[in-house]
Amino acid sequence: MARIIVVTSGKGGVGKTTTSASISTGIAKRGHKTVVIDFDVGLRNLDLIMNCERRVVYDFVNVIQGEASLSQALIRDKRVDTLFILPASQTREKEALTKEGVEKVINELSQTFDYIICDSPAGIEHGAQMALYFADEAIVVTNPEVSSVRDSDRILGILQSKSRRAEKGQDPVKEHLLVTRYNPARVERGEMLSVADVEEILAIPLLGIIPESQVVLNASNQGLPVILETETDAGQAYDDAVARLLGEEREHRFMTAHKKGFFSRMFKGG
Amino acid sequence: MSFLDYFRGKKTNTNTANVAKERLQIIVAHERGHRKQPDYLPALQQELLAVIRKYVDISDDMVQVEIDRTDTCSVLELNVTLPEK
Repeated sequence: MARIIVVTSGKGGVGKTTTSASISTGIAKRGHKTVVIDFDVGLRNLDLIMNCERRVVYDFVNVIQGEASLSQALIRDKRVDTLFILPASQTREKEALTKEGVEKVINELSQTFDYIICDSPAGIEHGAQMALYFADEAIVVTNPEVSSVRDSDRILGILQSKSRRAEKGQDPVKEHLLVTRYNPARVERGEMLSVADVEEILAIPLLGIIPESQVVLNASNQGLPVILETETDAGQAYDDAVARLLGEEREHRFMTAHKKGFFSRMFKGG
Repeated sequence: MSFLDYFRGKKTNTNTANVAKERLQIIVAHERGHRKQPDYLPALQQELLAVIRKYVDISDDMVQVEIDRTDTCSVLELNVTLPEK
């Protein structure tokens, strides 16, 4: 049985696809057979972030509608050979993702994969609900900012009432908080919600903190999951998150600002 | 921050993060309260309103219906404000 994990947030632009790409790459790198599914029908982007946009032939909706087999649609990652991508359709309506169709695909994937990562579209409509419906666990991606935190709470409510686990009265979906675009210097100046604030409001366990970093844009420019930039803060933060997801204990890092020395403050400004 | 600010210290600090936290705590608590209410509540409220209106002239916002849940039981709380004569 595969572990099915949805990456969700409610709000757009907080880093769901970046997170899906890095988490799935990190899990696969540790030897687990992993597939990452793009649920954002009509606005496909995971392929770009993972640098396989020119290898897309068939997509998720083609598989659901029986126009292609799973093996035809799955794209094997060129860097990590235990990682596969199932791209979203670019042309169809979101309603093409029927519950029965998604279930069929997920059941088939469950037989051969250890991990199924579902990259949710933004919003709380049909596409987002399909992405989270079959999940065993959820990574809730949140920026330390009012609208993102509120939307995360909304999506937690949906996980607790509209997921398959909720509808069937099974154990609830296991929730993980991932705070992204975190700027410790601004937190210290009282300009940004702290991780502790976000944890207190959402009241779910913290999986990781991804610092705001130039590296993330540089990586996505090149179609490189940022976790593979192993020398960088954001890359290491994602690696920590993957390790924790797989049961390892790791202390949280990147919570405090890098202190500037006296001379750099004097000559370069704060 | 300029050269002089370094010696003055960071006194211009308006802590907007605290404002954000307080606002979020209030709105999130409010929205969670609504989330737990059963689907039939709005319809129940409308029907109760119609019944009461047979006898007393009241406006829409004068009937509040809520459900309070504890571990062992749920309480349907009905709050009707009658107009002054």
